[in-house]
Parts: sequence; structure tokens; C-alpha cells
Amino acid sequence: MEMINFIIMIAGMVVVTFIPRVLPLSLLGNRELPEKVVLWLSFIPAAVLAALLAPSILLKEGSLYLSLENTALIAFFPTLFLAYKTKNIFYTVSGGLIFYLGLSLIF
Amino acid sequence: MSQQEERISYKKKMEAKLNDSSLKAGVKDAVPIILGYLPIGIAYGMLAVNKGLSPLQTTAMSIFVFAGSAQLVAIEMITAGAAVAAIIAMTFLVNLRHLLLSASLSLHLRNLPLYYYPFLGFLVTDESFAVAMSKLESKKKKQRYFFGLGFTAYLGWVFSSAAGAFLTEFINFGSGGALDFVLPAMFIVLLVMQISSRSEIIVAVFSGLLSLFFALTVEGSWNIILATVLAAFLGVYISGND
Repeated sequence: MEMINFIIMIAGMVVVTFIPRVLPLSLLGNRELPEKVVLWLSFIPAAVLAALLAPSILLKEGSLYLSLENTALIAFFPTLFLAYKTKNIFYTVSGGLIFYLGLSLIF
Repeated sequence: MSQQEERISYKKKMEAKLNDSSLKAGVKDAVPIILGYLPIGIAYGMLAVNKGLSPLQTTAMSIFVFAGSAQLVAIEMITAGAAVAAIIAMTFLVNLRHLLLSASLSLHLRNLPLYYYPFLGFLVTDESFAVAMSKLESKKKKQRYFFGLGFTAYLGWVFSSAAGAFLTEFINFGSGGALDFVLPAMFIVLLVMQISSRSEIIVAVFSGLLSLFFALTVEGSWNIILATVLAAFLGVYISGND
């Protein structure tokens, strides 16, 4: 890729990445929001996390991967249990890695 | 005040800021994020260099753009010979979900001087957002916590993509193996920490299913934003009926 094209591309990517990140914070940060909007926003974290999580364990190269060989899917269950019990990021991630490694040795 | 005194008091202020417990807590909470970024950043760096970007260009993209999935998509598109405008448009779509994250964060990062927001906003990612939302409530200086968290994660991203880019010529890493499971495991625990009501469980399950459905049916990374928006509406609807 030519340098000038690369620079234009990066500049464009910076602008379109920066605006959605900054605008809502700066516009909404100093303003009272309607109750319904606050309620809607309060569901965003759980919704985003689930929307990121599901494809990361259930899809492989763009299609559904439902199989005992899908180590990430199998490791999901003990990791979920550990997360529920500990509510601790470090313990869950370390435990999850151990489950994943163990399972990939078995299957 | 003499110049020297001024300098000493400035230094003390800086030290106090750096010693702030909220800032330190943020830096500490970024460690699992960095562990998750390592395999992705290295993979991104290797891919970009293999597709013809220089290691410096690869690292520059991480420094200025700081958006993992958009960067990976951009590399794929460069390889396919896509137009610069198309790459920028795609980046916009992939990162649109940050609108929601940023709006949601604004419930916590309130009433700050305006010039804070560009810096805090630049650091909004899926990961920093998710960790912040589960921890911000208890923090005294929320903006410092978020800055410590986001900036440390940012350094981790830049470092891991540079590592991937510069090492590609020497070592072939192959697949990430178990490290591929770091981010899913993190999403799991953050989700569990996030959920405090029955309606949130319903929203999460619905959002996951929708995300899968859209990933399978709609071209381009629309699934996250579509699923999130619709599932949050469902949440409002079922709370209204309770």
C-alpha cells in the first residue's frame, strides 16, 4: 500500500473511531437523561457482553460450531460456574484457561 | 511564590495524582485485559506484516486507531484491494457500537470538565467498558479509575501488536491455543458480575442468540450492535411489565 493512501486511511479510521467514542460522553455527561433512556442504557452492558460472547464460543469461520470438539464451548460451562462462584476476573480467567487446556488434552 | 517552589508544588501535585488509589486500581484491573489483548495483538501484528504493511505502519495503526476488530477487518480489506473509502466506512460500522458504550458510560463519568471527555472517550473499548461498568460504582474518582484502566489496556494493545509485527520476521507463532479463550472467559465473568436481575438474564440470553443469528445472516460485523440495541429494548419492555 502506498504511503499517501496509508496515511489517508489511518486519518479516516481515526476520525470515524474517535467520534462515536467521544461524542456521547461529552454530550450526555453534563445532562439529565429521561428515565426510559437511563433504563435502556442500563441494559447495554449485559447485552453487549452476551452479543460478544456468544459468537466467540459458538462460531468458527462464520458457521455454527456445535460439537464436543469445540473446546471453547465445553469450557464455557465450568468457567460460567467458576465466574458465578467467585465473581472475580482473575480467578475466572485463570480457571477458564486451565479448563480449556485440560479439555483440549482430553478431546 | 518563587519558581523553584512552584516547581516543587507542581511535582507534589503530580505525585499525589499518580498515587491516587482509584488510578492504581484501574491500572491493576487492566492486567486481565492485557492478557486477553496479547494473543489478538500479536495475531493482528503478524497478519498485517504478512499482508504487506511495514511493522511501523502496523504499530502506527494500533497507536492511532486502537480498535482491534476494526484493525483486523481493515487488514483483510487491504489484502482484498478494497478502496480506502470502503475501509473507512467499514471501520465506522464496526465501531458504531462504541456509541452505545460511550453513552452508557456517561451515566458514571458525569459533570467533568469538557476537555476530559476526548481522553476518556478515546479509551472506550469493549473490554475497558465491561470492566469499568462492574467496578466504577465503588470508585471515588471515577475518571481516574477509567483513565488508569483504559490507558494501561491501550499500552498493552500497542505493545502486543508491535511485538507481533516486529517479531514476525524472526518467529512464526502459529495459533494462540489456550490464549484464544482469555477474552471469552473474561466476557463470561464480566457478564456474571453485571447481572443483578431476572430481566438482565433474559436480555443477555436474547442478545447472545440475536448476535449469533445476525452473524450468520447479515454480512459485515453488524451482529453486535443490532443484537445489543434490540435486546436493550426488550429489557425496557419487560421492566415496564413487571
